Amino acid sequence: MSAPTRSRPVAQRPPLWRRLAGDQNRNLWFWAFVGPFVAGLTVFVYIPILWSVYLSFFDARNTVTPTDFVGFGNYRDMLTDPAFLSSMGTFIVFAAFIVPLTFAASLGLALMIHRVRRFKAFFRSVYFLPTACSYVVAALIWKLSIFNGVRFGLVNTVLSWFGIEPIAWLSVTQPPWYWLVLVTLRLWLQVGFYMILFLAGLQRIPTVLYEAAAVDGAAPGWQTFRYVTFPQLRTTSVAVLVLLLINAFQAFDEFYNLLANAGAAGSGGAYPPYARPPLVYLYYVALGSQQDFGHGSAGAVLLALVIALFTVLQGRLLRFGRNE
Amino acid sequence: MTATDSDRRTPAAGRRPQAGIRLGRAQRTGQALRFVALLLGAVVFLVPFYLLVRNGLSTNADITAPTWRLLPTQVQWGNVGELFADPAVPMLRSLVNSLLVSVVQTTGTIVLSGLAGYGLARIPVRYAGVVSGLIVATLLIPAAVTFVPTFVVVSSLGWVSSLRGLIVPGLFQALATFLFRQYFLNFPRELEDAGRVDGLNYWGVFWRIVLPNSKGFVAAVATITFIGSWNAFLWPLVIAQDSSSWTVQIALSTFLTSQTINLHELFLAAVFSILPLLLIFIGLQRFIVQGVESTGINR
Repeated sequence: MSAPTRSRPVAQRPPLWRRLAGDQNRNLWFWAFVGPFVAGLTVFVYIPILWSVYLSFFDARNTVTPTDFVGFGNYRDMLTDPAFLSSMGTFIVFAAFIVPLTFAASLGLALMIHRVRRFKAFFRSVYFLPTACSYVVAALIWKLSIFNGVRFGLVNTVLSWFGIEPIAWLSVTQPPWYWLVLVTLRLWLQVGFYMILFLAGLQRIPTVLYEAAAVDGAAPGWQTFRYVTFPQLRTTSVAVLVLLLINAFQAFDEFYNLLANAGAAGSGGAYPPYARPPLVYLYYVALGSQQDFGHGSAGAVLLALVIALFTVLQGRLLRFGRNE
Repeated sequence: MTATDSDRRTPAAGRRPQAGIRLGRAQRTGQALRFVALLLGAVVFLVPFYLLVRNGLSTNADITAPTWRLLPTQVQWGNVGELFADPAVPMLRSLVNSLLVSVVQTTGTIVLSGLAGYGLARIPVRYAGVVSGLIVATLLIPAAVTFVPTFVVVSSLGWVSSLRGLIVPGLFQALATFLFRQYFLNFPRELEDAGRVDGLNYWGVFWRIVLPNSKGFVAAVATITFIGSWNAFLWPLVIAQDSSSWTVQIALSTFLTSQTINLHELFLAAVFSILPLLLIFIGLQRFIVQGVESTGINR
């Protein structure tokens, strides 16, 4: 009597392992493919992030298993630390320079290369080539050869032809010539990469649009650019701006290599306080002689929040993800 | 005038968006101006490469000479031997380390992200979307912000100053997985169906059919991963504290920020540090450009 009622669910529901494996073992296959990656991501990304948030609430000097809970103490310290705040300020100045400059330069180059008739491939290659260089190599050339503070540096040599005295590019703060060094270096390294993105965008614009614009009486040049080319590049432009901003926030390599001095690894003392972006500061806090993971983590969390804020703001401004 | 008419009719004119509109003297002057500007810019862009080679093959005295010389007074090929024999600069060791790290990270990324991307795109389980979302979410957190906690994890594993510590954390590239997923979503299903009819399971279809037919995309992801891995600086700086585990970028940086600098050795070391990438660039430029263009932002 009771047998049918009991056997019905059994017939519908296969044994546990079969249910876990899914239809045609789909769950098993899925995790065989995705599992290794997700496991690694968990160990090296998710756990570190959670651990970092945990550490940021503790006094964690020289230890990663702290017991001294300080609540928001580390955050308060970082937010009232003039060095951390000035590093944030440095970043904002840096981003304000580098984002629009790189955007304009790479777009301009792409437009020129797109419309030049001869040696297109050659020009594209030359401007893209610096992408192969690391920031370390670029910093080496900029610091020791181009913007060297003594007479044999390239720029000072050229200036001397006009009777101008050599300038100590990296140590003069009035006027802040080091910005010229930092900005030109990053332009040289990055412009080619974004130029390729714009070139790809330009190639996708249908020729018909230009013909229609011509029929409507738009003059070639500025008007065509303003009403046809630029609007058509919107997706690319938004992506480039977002990438540029994120990259600017991650600035570390060239600042460190241009400005850190002898024996600086591990000690914050030899790095001049001006032109110090957040990551450089956090590097010294967390991995300097103090090994202060508590304050370092709190700073990293704050930096992540600021980046998120900027990204959202920029997204709003650019109406990211919204269709025309 | 005649030039305008004939130009309008050539099929090649279609390639240039504004070719059919107006091609008069103004257009020709525009072309010439563009060409000259690009040429000047190209020269400026190549100057750093020239400085690298010139200084690397000069004597220190030549580099610091107060009067500028276009070329070294005498090309110092002996600098090459000197660099690799210098006990203070572990150049060969650093190059080998960089090569190991980059090759393993590139291969690992292709395998791990390729598999994961395929699974996410093609194995229909209900929660695939959620898993994809969780992976993409990590892209919003800039990698550099996580260097403190990741260092904490890696050092508690005892991997500081080891190749493992340099390689393993870089194997899990969320961006590569995301790109592979997008690519596999557009992969022609007919090819896979043919494999299934022949009795292959997901594993077989992936390795025997999908991957061999994706060589271009794999090459693009591989070159971009290799460049990123070779040029990485912050993570090796954090983890490679012992000179036996230095990558070439760390070796260069250490000598750049140290007090006594042997200039010609440093520049020559930099030349050797970019040679592998330049070779890759020249050989695989087509793939790199394709790869950059497909970094997910083209709709």
